[in-house]
Amino acid sequence: MNSSPENLLWYIPLLPFAGFLINGTLGRKLPRALVSAVALLCTALPAAIVAWLWVLMRADGAPDLIPATVSQPWIQITGLTVNFAFTVDHLTLIMLGVVTGVGFLIHIYSVGYMAHEEGYWRFFAYLNLFMFFMSVLVLADNFLLLFVGWEGVGLASYLLIGFYFRKSSAANAGKKAFVVNRIGDFGFLLAMFLLIVHFGTLNFTDIFAAIGQHPEWQGVRFLTAIALLLVLGAAGKSAQIPLYVWLPDAMEGPTPVSALIHAATMVTAGIYMVARCHTLFDRSPVALTVVACIGAATAIFAASIGMVQQDIKRVLAYSTISQLGYMFLACGVGAYAAGIFHLLTHAFFKALLFLAAGSVIHALSGEQDMRNMGGLWRRIPVTFWTMTMGVIAIAGIWPWAGFFSKDEILYQTFVSPNHVGKLLWFIGLLTAGMTSFYMFRLWFKTFFGEPRFEQVAVEHHGAPVHASSTTTLTMEADPDEDLVASAHGVHESPWIMLFPLVILAILSFVGGWVGVPAALGGHNEIEHFLEPVFGSASAAPAATSGHGLELALAAVSLLVALTGFYFAYVLYYKKPGTAAELAGRAKPAYTILANKYWVDEFYSNFLVIPLMMFSRGVLDFIVDRGLVNGSGRAAGFVTRGFAWATRSQISGNIRSYAGWLAIGAAAVLAVMIFGRSLLVHP
Amino acid sequence: MVPTAYYLVLAAVLFSIGIAAFLIKRNVITIFISIELMLNAVNLTFVAFAHMWHQVSGQIFVFFVMVVAAAEAAVGLAIIISIFRTRKTLNVDEIDLMKS
Amino acid sequence: MQPALFIIFGGLAVAGALNLLFQRHPINSALSLVVVMMSLAVLYWSLGAEFLAAAQVIVYSGAIMVLFVFVIMLLNAGEEEHTHGSRAAYTVGIPGAAAIFCLLSFVFLSERDALKTANVGGDLGNGVDNISAVSSMLFTRQLLPFEVTSILILVAILGAVVLARKEQ
Repeated sequence: MNSSPENLLWYIPLLPFAGFLINGTLGRKLPRALVSAVALLCTALPAAIVAWLWVLMRADGAPDLIPATVSQPWIQITGLTVNFAFTVDHLTLIMLGVVTGVGFLIHIYSVGYMAHEEGYWRFFAYLNLFMFFMSVLVLADNFLLLFVGWEGVGLASYLLIGFYFRKSSAANAGKKAFVVNRIGDFGFLLAMFLLIVHFGTLNFTDIFAAIGQHPEWQGVRFLTAIALLLVLGAAGKSAQIPLYVWLPDAMEGPTPVSALIHAATMVTAGIYMVARCHTLFDRSPVALTVVACIGAATAIFAASIGMVQQDIKRVLAYSTISQLGYMFLACGVGAYAAGIFHLLTHAFFKALLFLAAGSVIHALSGEQDMRNMGGLWRRIPVTFWTMTMGVIAIAGIWPWAGFFSKDEILYQTFVSPNHVGKLLWFIGLLTAGMTSFYMFRLWFKTFFGEPRFEQVAVEHHGAPVHASSTTTLTMEADPDEDLVASAHGVHESPWIMLFPLVILAILSFVGGWVGVPAALGGHNEIEHFLEPVFGSASAAPAATSGHGLELALAAVSLLVALTGFYFAYVLYYKKPGTAAELAGRAKPAYTILANKYWVDEFYSNFLVIPLMMFSRGVLDFIVDRGLVNGSGRAAGFVTRGFAWATRSQISGNIRSYAGWLAIGAAAVLAVMIFGRSLLVHP
Repeated sequence: MVPTAYYLVLAAVLFSIGIAAFLIKRNVITIFISIELMLNAVNLTFVAFAHMWHQVSGQIFVFFVMVVAAAEAAVGLAIIISIFRTRKTLNVDEIDLMKS
Repeated sequence: MQPALFIIFGGLAVAGALNLLFQRHPINSALSLVVVMMSLAVLYWSLGAEFLAAAQVIVYSGAIMVLFVFVIMLLNAGEEEHTHGSRAAYTVGIPGAAAIFCLLSFVFLSERDALKTANVGGDLGNGVDNISAVSSMLFTRQLLPFEVTSILILVAILGAVVLARKEQ
């Protein structure tokens, strides 16, 4: 009993890796059923292991930490030792639960969603690869191993975003994601270097213990520097300002990818990292304020853009960025448990929303523009009801999951000792209202009103649908499939796709009940569960300000969410033309939002193009063609000259041979006479 | 009374003149003659050393050198004759079939 | 007496060699070589190698050089023409020859004392005369090489006959 948990930890990442190898190398030749079986098995078993770990660690007297180390260290030089080592504490357990549990459900969904795609084996191979790296990231007990997982999920994300590699927009989106992530990784690397310099180790427990032993390091500069660099890394991975630009484009990938990677797991890696390093962040109020401000700014920024998007997946993408901003905000005010709680509930309802959106797209044979949807609620009922659960959850309406987690964050922000706390709370409140508005806007436009898709199907039979000016549409299904499906009409998805939706819908409803605060009559189990990791510091403010404030704030946020619903109802259900009219009247504001504040264009003109010109002019022209090619050609030139010199000896003339012989004999004589001492002595 | 070294230097002189003749002359037969000159120089060296060590094996070696030189001269001149028959020239610069 | 012998006949040998170098007609070169060989015979005799001196005169200048002269006459070799054959021979070869000469003489002259001196007649020890010593060595210890050389000569004769034959 005491040795097995450590050994089992290794199976959690290694099983998906085995799945990747099998499907990656043999998958092309295997039948689809076998490919799916391998992939599902290699995801289900780790989920089972995690479930067992849950049981183990919730038992009384269970240790708070399970370590597992390889006996040989990975890097061992004077001054630094890094091990291949995994460790599981309560934070890891929650993350693992999300990764393996939600991951497994999405794998099941993908079996149905990708059933008609070519490259089926490739998809599952990449998906398993992603699970491997994400597990490594979450299980790592030192920064370097975490970074391996960090980079690896970036790689898997690139491969999966560019899954439809024949489409240039998909390939470009993959590239964009990878490059923007790299900028964040640079910050992470610099932070690791600073950690090595100051602490001599990259191990979490060692570093945090060292910090704990130096209470005088509060607010010291090098810790702030490390923290800010880590924030840069987290901003890249978790799509915060200024590195969020890759996430909307990442919607070029298949919908299950968006659900798994860009909603539930990879983008939460940044939050996880900040939470893991909370000891370090707590020592740097500057960094914490930066985190909080970035989080709040991103939340409201993304929500504002999401209000005017027409592509259903883009709305969800901006919503993800906005919700990640909430999590960042929570960490920034020190409420790490609240941030992780929102991570958990967000995983449930965002994955649900994406999968349900995928189901809608599948039902409409590839249609993603909400202007061409409508009147679907009777035709695809299961999708409709499950998506409704998700929408209510994200809007933050009691007693669905989103309410408790979002509310906890807003409360902690309000009562935090940070001097911008109240302002940030207000921004968060506004964002909550906007979230509710645009999510219900999505809901109304997709499921209610005139069935606009019927006109489109008649006009554009089998051809790609017209592109809008604000979003780029993607055809996810084959054009042939489109012909087939439009002949069949709108149909509900198969049960293999609906089953995960139902599970996630239930979780979106009950998922928040593990965090019901004392003010509302609960025990806030999740906060207590995470106490061994974060300490009970976050619980203290709640006790002092009393329950009245919390109840009041909860009521305010609920009211704001319902207001958002009301506006959406009026604009999109009751009087359908009003939205267009409002957009016409507030033209400048609408244009700014519709063009996403022209951030992409700004980056392109001021960063990307100058870099490319430098790269082409200097690196390609001078270094690559000049030095590298030049040295190759110089070597060839020298050899040819040498050969010419040697060849001229073979003239066929006896006397020239004699001449060479004479000089050769002289050389030998010289060596024998004078070189003897050189040859004999050692 | 004469140091052995002088005999050896004399042999070196003859040898070098033989090499020079080999390089300068254009007639095949003259080149052969210069080879004989070189062999003679070597013979002188052997005899001088045999005298120095008071052994007779150096002279035996000279004996063998002479025999080989005779055989080589015979065969070589036969080759020259057959070359002359085909190429009608004794100029070594024109016997360059091996030129690439 | 020895220095006189050495100087006279050594000088004659060198003169003959130089004459060989500078003559244009091959027959003159051949005859100069005969002069060189004769002088060398005298030098051999002065170094105590009487048998070799005799062999030099009989075999080398008496047989081999005669062969050369016959071939020159047979082929009617005329004076040499000036053709520009190879530059390598001059640019590389002459320095090579000069280098060989300098190296050899440098070695010999620097070891002058170790090489002792030569006496006329030379003392081979045991009071044995030269020809007995040579023949006892040749027919006992070097018997195999001796017999092999006779086969060598046989092969050479056959080769010469075959090569020089007119095409049928």
